[in-house]
Amino acid sequence: MSERRGGETPRGPTLFLERQSYRRRRLSEVARLMPIFGAGLFMVPLLWPVGDESEQVQTSSAILYLFGVWGGLILAIALFGLVTRSWAQSDQREID
Amino acid sequence: MASLNLLLSVCFCYVILLFLVAFVADRLAARGRSTWLRSPLIYTLSLSIYCTAWTFYGAVGYAARSGLEFVTIYLGPTLVMIGWWWGLRKLVRIGRSHRVTSIADLLSSRYGKSNTLAIGVTILAVIGVTPYISLQLQSITLSFSIFADADPGSDDRVGATVIWVAAGLAVFAILFGTRNLDANERHHGVVMAIAIEAVVKLVALLAVGVFVVWQVSGGVAATMARIDASEIGQWQVDGGRWASITFLAAAAFVCLPRMFQVMVVENDDERHLRTAAWAFPLYLLLMSLFVVPIAAIGLELMPTGANPDLFVLTIPLSQGREGLAMLSFLGGFSSATSMVIVAAMALSTMVSNQIVMPIWLSSQTQQASQSGDVRKIVLLSRRVSIGAIMLLGVAYYEMSGGGAALASIGLISFAGIAQILPALVGGLFWRGATRLGAIAGLSVGFGIWMFSLLLPGLGSGLLPQHVMEQGLFGIAALRPHALFSITGMDPIEHCVLWSLTLNTLAFFIVSVASFPNPVERLQGAQFVNVFEHSAGPRGWTGSVAQSEDLMVMTQRILGTQDARDLFQREAALQGEYGHLPEPTPEFLERLERQLAGSVGAATAHAMIGQIVGGSSVSVQDLLAVADESAQMLEYSSQLEVQSEELSRTARKLREANEKLTQISLQKDTFLSQVSHELRTPMTSIRAFSEILRDASDLDEADKRKYATIIHDEALRLTRLLNDLLDLSVLESGQVSLNMRPGNVKDVLDHSIVSALAGADGSLDVIRDEDSERIPLYSDLDRLAQVFINLITNALKYCDAEQPDLRIMARTEENTVIVDMVDNGSGIPAEAQAMVFEKFARVSAEKAGGAGLGLAICREIMQRLGGDVVYLPGEAGAGFRVTLPTKGENAG
Amino acid sequence: MSRRVLLIEDEPNIIEAIRFLLTRDGWDVNTHSDGTNAVEVVQEAKPDLVILDMMLPGRSGMDILRDLREIVELAGLPVLMLTARGQSRDRDMAEKAGVSRFMTKPFSNTEVLTAVRDLVAQASRS
Repeated sequence: MSERRGGETPRGPTLFLERQSYRRRRLSEVARLMPIFGAGLFMVPLLWPVGDESEQVQTSSAILYLFGVWGGLILAIALFGLVTRSWAQSDQREID
Repeated sequence: MASLNLLLSVCFCYVILLFLVAFVADRLAARGRSTWLRSPLIYTLSLSIYCTAWTFYGAVGYAARSGLEFVTIYLGPTLVMIGWWWGLRKLVRIGRSHRVTSIADLLSSRYGKSNTLAIGVTILAVIGVTPYISLQLQSITLSFSIFADADPGSDDRVGATVIWVAAGLAVFAILFGTRNLDANERHHGVVMAIAIEAVVKLVALLAVGVFVVWQVSGGVAATMARIDASEIGQWQVDGGRWASITFLAAAAFVCLPRMFQVMVVENDDERHLRTAAWAFPLYLLLMSLFVVPIAAIGLELMPTGANPDLFVLTIPLSQGREGLAMLSFLGGFSSATSMVIVAAMALSTMVSNQIVMPIWLSSQTQQASQSGDVRKIVLLSRRVSIGAIMLLGVAYYEMSGGGAALASIGLISFAGIAQILPALVGGLFWRGATRLGAIAGLSVGFGIWMFSLLLPGLGSGLLPQHVMEQGLFGIAALRPHALFSITGMDPIEHCVLWSLTLNTLAFFIVSVASFPNPVERLQGAQFVNVFEHSAGPRGWTGSVAQSEDLMVMTQRILGTQDARDLFQREAALQGEYGHLPEPTPEFLERLERQLAGSVGAATAHAMIGQIVGGSSVSVQDLLAVADESAQMLEYSSQLEVQSEELSRTARKLREANEKLTQISLQKDTFLSQVSHELRTPMTSIRAFSEILRDASDLDEADKRKYATIIHDEALRLTRLLNDLLDLSVLESGQVSLNMRPGNVKDVLDHSIVSALAGADGSLDVIRDEDSERIPLYSDLDRLAQVFINLITNALKYCDAEQPDLRIMARTEENTVIVDMVDNGSGIPAEAQAMVFEKFARVSAEKAGGAGLGLAICREIMQRLGGDVVYLPGEAGAGFRVTLPTKGENAG
Repeated sequence: MSRRVLLIEDEPNIIEAIRFLLTRDGWDVNTHSDGTNAVEVVQEAKPDLVILDMMLPGRSGMDILRDLREIVELAGLPVLMLTARGQSRDRDMAEKAGVSRFMTKPFSNTEVLTAVRDLVAQASRS
């Protein structure tokens, strides 16, 4: 998975075009936020009503919600991995 | 019905297969063909040891009891993996660049190589993980017993299963986990085997799930309906538990020693994280996908009172699907074994590196002479540790009776291990974190966890009932499940809240209040700024203090040449020429002093103290400090090198200049001396010849006298010119020697006759002719020239009334020694050094010589392979002629 | 008017030659061949002229010359210096030290004779 994409791997971050650098920073921020975002979504069930029989959420719906969020996060992080694949060689100075 | 024997043989074959896989993988790795063994996929699969038998069997049981809450165990790690870019990536990078061997090693390394901390974390890990190992053993035994119960032909062999399983796992861990030390801490065989097991357990669980949903239940929609209709059909989750267990699972995922082992230590390439970031959550998702359906259907199908923990096995069995049950059994078996193997390996590394080795090394200091292969000791201690940990697991299982008390141990274990989190995260992201802070936080968290969760959770007897009810010392605020009198909380939630909050608080406050030592600050900077410090992947080394490692470390600080000199000196002191010195206390002490000169006493002491004082001896860390110190020293040493080079060049120039000046001075002196020696006779010759020409009134006697003077001076000139030519030929090395065999006595005979012939003075030559019969092979004419010169000198300069010259000849180891000593007053001490110089004359009243004689003698003797020296301490002037006999055979 | 010359030289044959030359010209020649006490000998003998060899046993002629020039009552004493080394540097040094005439060996007899006559005449005139 570590093969470089032709011409997209500059030798150092300083050689990055302003635009690319900007995009990388924003993507990094998204990557940072992802677990917080995910945690938030996973904590949503805490808001579901408990106790009252009529308002209770069915387990099947809960499964669909949780596994849906789960799958979505996996897709998102996989996408991020794909986008950042070419960073591997030059991420030394990248904000972490 | 599947017989127990069939199960045992399948199980046995499976184990053999795993051994084979591990063996082949190790072989391939040893041959360097490990690229595909080290793919991101394998890395991801190896992470699956997170899913133990507790997951494989327990998740369904958990779901049957508490509904969807079980999923929190997987949501935590999912969130950690999703946040890999700023969390795990840093952890892995630090692990790689600092060559850490375990989580205890990492913390110890971060907090200034603290041994206390390493031991603390190790103990915490052993206490936290051993029950967990028991849990795995229990699950295997339980699953066996399911088959045993179903097999009428079985006897009570099951009872001994635990021992056999534990022994087998120990053998596997020892075989593939402690095979090598040197190259790295990675174990291709083990990783490959657990990757296979990961596939087996996933396939098994999916197979059971698919069977349940599509075969038993009749499709997705039907299953969903049956779920909603079951006992767990409604969302019945306690919010506090949901959040705290998610957090706990995330923390444990990072802190568990076995997870650290596969995630950081066994990591081959940081970029594998990129794949694992989505692939591992996907794996977890798949593992959890069918848990609720299986639980719901199981609750529906199985008789009440059936253990829901074993639904995965019992549902297929109850449906007559023995093959599926067998697969399921293998899945559970895989989950348990892979966890136990890696956990035992990781723990043994910690115990060996952080506890056994320091003790062994410090015992070495008392018996300084004893030395040995440290690597062997490390391997042995790891193997013994693995065995001991397995035994501990078995003992715990036996003690607890293998009952339900074990089932809750999973979360309890997680909560204990999670106490490492504040120190770990703080260490990675906060430079202000100090060793004391980490120790304080860990101690507080550990204490609260023990008191509020572990001891009560282990069942009766460990904590007295009155403590549970009325609190420690009868203080209500110290009730284990209601600290500070806050009641009504779930025990897990309660413990996590209090232990981690107070842990973090203690860690923070003590860190801020204390001041870190130099090594700590160094390490802190390196860890927190790892992305600036580490240029990229580095090689991995073993974890054992060896002289080579010390050498490498010393080289990094002192420079190659100095380090090599130092070590050679030390080796020579120990009588081991050509080898590296043994790390004896004396040597280490001197080494420390030496290093202190370069990096300061505190750092040097910290570095060497690791070995002498006893600690993890993770030399990798020492190397890291050495690197850092080298960086700090680099600038100044660069300057030093530059100025050193400059002064060296200047010195060379000065030396060359001095040499040239000296040569030019010598040439000047020589020329003016030659000029003087030539002009003096010429002056007499000119003066008297003018007198003879101009003065016509001279009588015959005067005329003859003046003519004689002219004649003598002309002879003197000729002699001088001859000497000069002789000397110049000798000095230029162009002289051709006429080597021939002869005898010292003959040469002396000839020389004495020549020297004394026509001499006006008298000289008694005293000889011992018998001792002179020494055969030799040399240029006899030249040798005679030297003897004649020496005898003539005695004749000229010996100031005794009855001058005599004693000649003594002897041989000594192929060397002829001829001493000539006269009975005069000798040469004054201050002039002795000068006599062989050109134009050196000892006395004012010289007679005719130009002062070249002895200089020529010395040149000749050196050409002949010998020498002529002045013999001090004799009665008169004495000279010793030495030359090699080398004639007898060479002739 | 006395015509006394002190010859400080260590080479016997050269002493012989110069003594022969000067004696025939009517000079009273005293000789001395050791450098160490040469200055005292000059002070005692009070010659009209000193012939000084550069290379003497014990002490160099150059040092003796420098000492002589330090002594007030010997201020006008002509010194004829002889050297066998023939280096121009020696001549410079001797002139700086206050030599009256500097001659390189081998010399011509007439040259020496002329020099002695001239130097003594000059000294008595001033």
